[in-house]
Amino acid sequence: MTTSITVNGKRHQVDSDTDTPLLYVLRNDLELNGAKYGCGLGQCGACTVHIDGKAVFSCLTPLGAIGERSVRTIEGLGSVDAPGVLQKAFQDEQAAQCGYCIAGMIMRAQTLLDKIPNPSDDEIRDHLQPNLCRCGTHARILRAVRRASDVMAGVAR
Amino acid sequence: MSAITRRSFLAASGIAVAFALARPARAQLAGGGEGGAGPAIVNADLPGSLKSWPYLDAWIQLDQNGKATVFTGKAELGQGIRTALTQVAAEELDLPPSKVTLVTVDTLRTPDEGLTAGSHSMQDSGTAIRNAAANVRMLLLAKAAATLGVAEADVATKGNGTIVAADGRSLGYGEIAAAVSLHVEALPNAPLRQKGQFRTMGFNLPRLDIPAKTTGGEAFIQDMRLPGMLHARVIRGPSIGTRLKLPPDSEIEAMDGVVKFVRNGDFAAVVSRREWDAVKLMRRLQALPYTAANEPLPSGGVAETLKALPARDIVILDTSTPTADPKHSVSQSFTRNWISHGSIGPSCALAWLQDDQLTIWTHSQGTFDVRRVAAELLNRPIETIRAIHVEGAGCYGQNGADDVAAEAALIAASMPGKPIRLQWMREQEFGWEPLGPGMVTEVDAAIDAGDRIVKWNYDVWSNPHNNRPVGAGGVLVGNEVAQSFPIPEGKPIPMPEGDGSRNSNPLYDLPNTHVIYHFIKDMPIRVSALRSLGAHLNVFSIESMFDELALKAGVDPLDMRLAHMADDRARSVMLTASEAFGWKTRKKTSPLQGFGMAFARYKNLGAYCAVFMEITVERDTGRLTVRRVQADVDCGEVVSPDGVHNQVEGAIIQSLSWCTREASGNDGTLRTAFDWSTYPILRFRDVPEKIAVTVQQQPGKPFLGVAECGQGPASAALANALADATGVRFTHMPITAEKVRAAIVTL
Repeated sequence: MTTSITVNGKRHQVDSDTDTPLLYVLRNDLELNGAKYGCGLGQCGACTVHIDGKAVFSCLTPLGAIGERSVRTIEGLGSVDAPGVLQKAFQDEQAAQCGYCIAGMIMRAQTLLDKIPNPSDDEIRDHLQPNLCRCGTHARILRAVRRASDVMAGVAR
Repeated sequence: MSAITRRSFLAASGIAVAFALARPARAQLAGGGEGGAGPAIVNADLPGSLKSWPYLDAWIQLDQNGKATVFTGKAELGQGIRTALTQVAAEELDLPPSKVTLVTVDTLRTPDEGLTAGSHSMQDSGTAIRNAAANVRMLLLAKAAATLGVAEADVATKGNGTIVAADGRSLGYGEIAAAVSLHVEALPNAPLRQKGQFRTMGFNLPRLDIPAKTTGGEAFIQDMRLPGMLHARVIRGPSIGTRLKLPPDSEIEAMDGVVKFVRNGDFAAVVSRREWDAVKLMRRLQALPYTAANEPLPSGGVAETLKALPARDIVILDTSTPTADPKHSVSQSFTRNWISHGSIGPSCALAWLQDDQLTIWTHSQGTFDVRRVAAELLNRPIETIRAIHVEGAGCYGQNGADDVAAEAALIAASMPGKPIRLQWMREQEFGWEPLGPGMVTEVDAAIDAGDRIVKWNYDVWSNPHNNRPVGAGGVLVGNEVAQSFPIPEGKPIPMPEGDGSRNSNPLYDLPNTHVIYHFIKDMPIRVSALRSLGAHLNVFSIESMFDELALKAGVDPLDMRLAHMADDRARSVMLTASEAFGWKTRKKTSPLQGFGMAFARYKNLGAYCAVFMEITVERDTGRLTVRRVQADVDCGEVVSPDGVHNQVEGAIIQSLSWCTREASGNDGTLRTAFDWSTYPILRFRDVPEKIAVTVQQQPGKPFLGVAECGQGPASAALANALADATGVRFTHMPITAEKVRAAIVTL
C-alpha cells in the first residue's frame, strides 16, 4: 500500500509498510542521504530530522505516524551550492571530523535557533545533549552554532 | 587507469618480490604502523612509501589539460587526509588544489601502502607524494627548458600550472605532459619547495569532504546505492562466541520478505529487497535461543583476568648506571578496561559479483587486506577481486569494518549479478566487534636526595593489539563457515612502534630502567587495534608516576619532567603549553579545583604533545568539569594547521571519554554493553569548556603523524589534575563520578 508524506515541501507517495521507520523511507525510498542510521534506539541523534519544526529521531518514527505533518531533512536547509546559514557555519568552522553525526547535529541545532535565535552557550550544550559525536568535534560544533546565531543576528565576524 | 599504468604496477610489484627476498629485514621499515609487514621495500633510499613504489606514475599522472590525478594507498578515515594529501601534491606540483584529484586506496588503482593506521599517513604517503610531486615538477621544468631552448635555471613554475621562462615565454603543464614519461623511478633528492615559497601547504584549505557532509551529499559508504541493490543482515546471537539455534533453511526461506537466506556453517544472513524487511527478519531470528561460547567470558577485573593467563616476557629496556641511593619510593599499579571503538555508524560494506569479478566497497583501514581475506575465504584468485575504500563513520581502529566486508563478499558471491549492501545493527557492532584491549601496568620507581629518578621498574601486561585480518581466519565469518579458518595466533608488534609495549619506554632520561612487556597471546575477549594501542595506558602510567614522584620530592610536576628531559622539541612543547596555560602562575581559587599536565611523544617517533588541564570536582556527586585545556603539539612540517587543531581537539575529548566513562564488561556468557545507555560516552554537557591548541612551526622537518598523539597525555593530565584537586591518585580507568565520589566523600 502507498502512504503519502511531505518531505522538504514536496508530496511523495511511498510504497512502504506503515511500520517502516521514517529513516528507512527517507534513505531508501526518497534517496536522501542526510539522516543516518546510528543506533535505531533514539540514543545517538544521527537520524535527527524535523517534523512540523520539532527535532525527532527518524529511526523511531514509523511512516504511518506522520500523517499530514511535514518532514524536513538537512537537504531541505540548503545545498552544496547554496548552503543554509547553519550549514555554512559548520563549513566555516570546519566542524566535522568523520562527519557521520553532523547532519543530525545540524538538524537538532536548527530547531534551537528557530526558537531561540541567540541562545546562551549552556542552552546550546543542553539542546545538543541527545546527539553523540565520537570523534570529539564538540567544541567546533558549539562554535558553529554560535557562529550561525551571530550571522542571523547580523553580528560582523 | 590505463592498461599501461596497470602493467607498470605489475612490473613494479615483480621487482618488489625479487628485492624482498634479498632484503627481508627491510620489511619492518614499511607497513602502516600496525598489521602485517606491509609492502616490500624495493628502494630503501627513497623517502616514505616511495621505498615500496618508486615509479612516479604509481603516484601521479598528468593529463593534456594540465590536471593531475594523484594516487594514495591511504584512506580518508575522517581525519582530513584527503585534503592534506591534496595540499601536499598541489604544493610540490605547484598547481592550484582545484587541479589535483586525489584517488584514495583502491586495489585496482593505487599503490598498496599497508594499513591506514598508527598516524602514518602523512609520514608514509604524504612524504611519498611530496617527493614524487617534486620529481614530476623537476621533469616538467627540464622538458620546458628543452622545449623553449633555455637553461633549466631560466624556467620556473608559477603556481597556476604554467612554466614561465626568463624571456616571458610560457608553457602549460598540459602542453608538455604527453612528452614527459612518469614511468621512471623517483630520485631521492628532487628539490622540495620551501616554507617561504609555499602557496598551499601550511595554509588552511577547507576540507574537501565537508560540503557534502553538511548538506546530505553522498558522503559515506552507507549512502551508496547500486542498481538493483539488495539489503542483507547477518543473523547472530547477542555477542561474540554465542551461536543461534536457527530453524531449518526451508522455514526461514518461507518467511515474508526473504529474497535469499544464506547459510554456510554457523554463518547466516538474510537478503531482502527492502532494508526494513531484512531488519525485521533479523530481529525475529535473533530472538531465538542461543548457545553460549565454549569458553566463558572473563567477568572479573582486568588485572586478575590478564595476570591469570600465561605470558611471554619481552624485555623493552634494561639499563643500569651507578647512581645515588634511593630516598623516596613510589609503587603503583594502573589499569585500563576493555574499550569499544564506539563508531557512530555501525559497520557497512557493499559487494557485487559481476561475471567473474567481485568488487567490494569497504571502510576498512586495510583495503588490500580486505581483498586478501576475501580471496582466501571464497577461494578465489585474488586478481578477480577488487576492493575500494569508501568513507564510513570514524572507526579509531579495527571495528566491525573488516568483518562486514568479508560477510558482504560471501553473500554477494552466492548471488551472482546482485549488488549486496550489508550493514551491522548497533547491537551487533557492540556485541561482536573486536574491543580495544584491557591492560595492566605496575611501576616501582624511586628518587634520590637530589630529586633524580634513580629507579624505574615497569611491567605491562597486554594481549596483542594487532589482530587485523590478513587472511580469512581473522574475520568472524571465516571462523563460522563450514570449512572454517582458525583464528590466527596473536603476535606482538616489535618496538620501536610496539603494541601493548607502545610508549612503555619513557622518553625521559632515566639511568636505571627495567621495562618488561608481559605479552599474553591468549585472548579470552576478542580484541584488536584501538587508537594509540598501548600508548594510552603506558603514557597514563608514566605520567601519573612523574606526578607522584614530584609530589614526594616537593617539586613542580613540570620541573620534574624538564629535569629528566634532554629532547629539545619535547621541552619546547611542554614549555610552550605551560606558558599559554599560565602554569607557573596557576592558583586555586576554590576547593576541589585542580591543575594537571602530561606529556608524551607518540611512540617516541611521532608527534610531541603536552596537555595542561584545569578541573573542578563537585563534592556531592564526584562529577568533574574540565574548565580548560591547553595543548601544544610538534608534528614536524605542518600541512594543514586547522587539521592538526581538529585532530588534537578530538583526541583530547575522546581520551577524556575513555578515561572517565568507558568499559565494556562481560557477565560470563555475554558482553554487557549493547547500546549507548549501557556504554555511555561523553556528551555535550561534559566536554571541556575550553580547548586551545597551539602548534610548533618546524619548516623543513619531516611530517610526524598527529592523530593519536593526544590520547595518552589527555587522560594522564586529567588524572593528575584530579590528584591535585582531591589528593587522591586514581589509577584504574574509567575514573567515573561514582569512583571519585566514593574516594572523596570521606575527605
